[in-house]
Amino acid sequence: MQIIKDKQRVDNTWQFIADEESLVAGDITVSLARWLQDKATLIAHSGKVGLRLKASDTVADFAEDLGHIKLVELNFADFADGRSFSQAWLLRGRYHYQDEIRAIGHYLPEQVFYLSRVGVNAYASDKTSALDSVLNNLNDFTVKYQPSII
Amino acid sequence: MYQYTENDQTLIDERVAQFKRQTENYFKGELSEDEYRALRLRNGVYIQTHAPLLRVAGPYGLISSKQIRKLAHIARTYDKNYCHFTTRQNIQFNWPKLELVPEILAELATVQMHAIQTSGNCMRNTTSDHLAGVAVDEIDDPRPYCEIIRQWTTLHPEFDYLPRKFKIAVSGALNDRAATQFHDIGLHLVKDGTGEVGFKVFVGGGLGRTPIIGQVIKPFLEQKHLLSYLEAILRIYNLFGRRDNKYKARIKILVKETGLDKFTEMVDAEWAHLRDANELSAERVNEIKAHFASPAYDVKADSDHTFAEHKANDKAFATWLAHNTAAHKVSGYAAVFISLKAPDMPPGDITDVQLDAVADIADAYSFGEVRATHRQNLLLADVKQADLYTVWQKLVDLGLATPNIGTATDMICCPGLDFCSLANAGSIGIAKEINEALDDLDYIHDIGELKINMSGCMNGCAHQSVGHIGILGVDKKGAEWYQITLGGSSENNAAIGERLGPAVAKDEITSAITTILDVYIKNRLEEETFLEAVNRLGINPFKEQVYANN
Ligand code: HEM
Ligand code: SF4
Repeated sequence: MQIIKDKQRVDNTWQFIADEESLVAGDITVSLARWLQDKATLIAHSGKVGLRLKASDTVADFAEDLGHIKLVELNFADFADGRSFSQAWLLRGRYHYQDEIRAIGHYLPEQVFYLSRVGVNAYASDKTSALDSVLNNLNDFTVKYQPSII
Repeated sequence: MYQYTENDQTLIDERVAQFKRQTENYFKGELSEDEYRALRLRNGVYIQTHAPLLRVAGPYGLISSKQIRKLAHIARTYDKNYCHFTTRQNIQFNWPKLELVPEILAELATVQMHAIQTSGNCMRNTTSDHLAGVAVDEIDDPRPYCEIIRQWTTLHPEFDYLPRKFKIAVSGALNDRAATQFHDIGLHLVKDGTGEVGFKVFVGGGLGRTPIIGQVIKPFLEQKHLLSYLEAILRIYNLFGRRDNKYKARIKILVKETGLDKFTEMVDAEWAHLRDANELSAERVNEIKAHFASPAYDVKADSDHTFAEHKANDKAFATWLAHNTAAHKVSGYAAVFISLKAPDMPPGDITDVQLDAVADIADAYSFGEVRATHRQNLLLADVKQADLYTVWQKLVDLGLATPNIGTATDMICCPGLDFCSLANAGSIGIAKEINEALDDLDYIHDIGELKINMSGCMNGCAHQSVGHIGILGVDKKGAEWYQITLGGSSENNAAIGERLGPAVAKDEITSAITTILDVYIKNRLEEETFLEAVNRLGINPFKEQVYANN
């Protein structure tokens, strides 16, 4: 599957590990609950580890672990749940997280300009056609009124 | 007033292009009903009973004559020759075609207007005092701060998908004319001991189903911290506001359920991270202030004598002056209300022909500027006393001089059953009926200051809970009934009205209102307003008569 990352189409190299599943080699994503529970094992994992965040998760709960985390996925169950926007802002603005923040799930390609401004730099979608819209809509505005992450 | 820079213009042009694409994608089936709904709301488009409703932003109520002419043109070309001014200083069109809305927005953009964030769960149009900059009781002009907030809120990337809508109002005067205590955030300009202007910040006020009076969260906020403090409140609200129940999603519920002390702690903890990073510089404030410099007033305006003669000789003119003008900070000038409450028009409505004529009057007599008021009227802020007689005559010819500002027939009224799919009961029809029952101007003037607010359902678009008399449409087994409240106020002494008793039937509501007014006339003390009388007497004397008669 392809995603958009830093305005380029690239292959997704991360593997989804469900909470009850055992770890596999390579780069993996786990839920926040799994991370908090198995932190030591996950830090020792040979590949990179990413976190899957729900809108209801609290960024402060894992902020001090961010050095070990190479991807944060913001999982949209509902595109109108704006908490994910503040999560991204907190990761970048408060905790100075430098690695990938990816929007996934039911966000709208129509929202990517705002998402990019709060620090999201990657976008996944089930529909390949949506990725064209993402690329296009990242350029919706050339001006802005207020500071944010960018 | 504020003039767009190239950046401002680019931003609204790009927004029009974005919404055009979204609308096309919706018609192609690429956006679902739900998805498009969220996007169109953020561009001012509701779908109501008959047609879409387009709500255009009137930034803190200021509208130029050029913009007024554009509104007239839109009313003529895309609507049924009229538009509606709302309680939040916005403009609504009731009959545009959805597929033409992008085109209408493109037309508006040519005169520096837009409909961005006028509905939807986002930060809305910032509202203010219609007498800003000319009021005699002003501490400082709120308009520059409104513009700073307008820019900060517009297309804010982090706070566009809030739990619920979010409204900010700013007052710079001793008397609050912007209902600030019924806003999610209310700001009062105040001075500290050294004469420095800052803000008293209220949070968690609101109307609708659960009316709540805002509480003071910060007695004095320094000017330079304005935006960082707003950001802190908005981030806490965005993260912790309830999203499980839309009736409990406003910030007022978060503040209530969290408790003001705890809520304040959360905001302060967030603010501590932000306050030094994003200071509002004095240069920036001054740059915006320059847009609101006083117009070139005639320093000899008060030497005119014709005004006093007309006033002495023409009783109708004198009556209009007494009710439809407000004092101005510059001697020899007055602020003139344009009443949109003629007995034969739905409250707040105005035709294309009237709009064009108002634009001409504004150009000739008030520096080309018109303002929308919180009570659905218009205002010419800067009329020379020598011109008042001419302006009055022109307004009389247009049907815009009903001398009823602040009186019983200056009702706030929502669209009700006539346009709104959520309505339980009609409101425009009842307003008309009450108008007919009170067709004696002397009687209305004798009653004096009175705010009657009427909404067709619990959502309370017409602020009935803060009306001195509030009327709320309720549904009883499919019939239209009306719940009456007394004693509400959105001014300094903010209060939520008390229920008079059981709802009354449609054919009895008008007589119930006239009965209430009779009780007031019989019982009032000298110089006592209706609201003061209700506060002194309590509701019982009114209740007894209303339910005895009906
Ligand atoms: C399609 C039907 C509707 C129409 C025609 C309508 C009309 C209006 C008007 C004219 C205003 C005042 C203007 C403004 O804010 O710019 C208003 C404000 C308001 N509307 Fe509506 N509205 C509708 C739907 C709704 C819905 C769906 C809700 C809530 C569930 C609602 C709740 C309110 C509230 C609470 C206010 C302002 C009161 C405040 O200041 O908090 N309205 N509406
Ligand atoms: S108060 Fe109710 S009936 Fe009136 S416009 Fe608002 S939602 Fe519609």
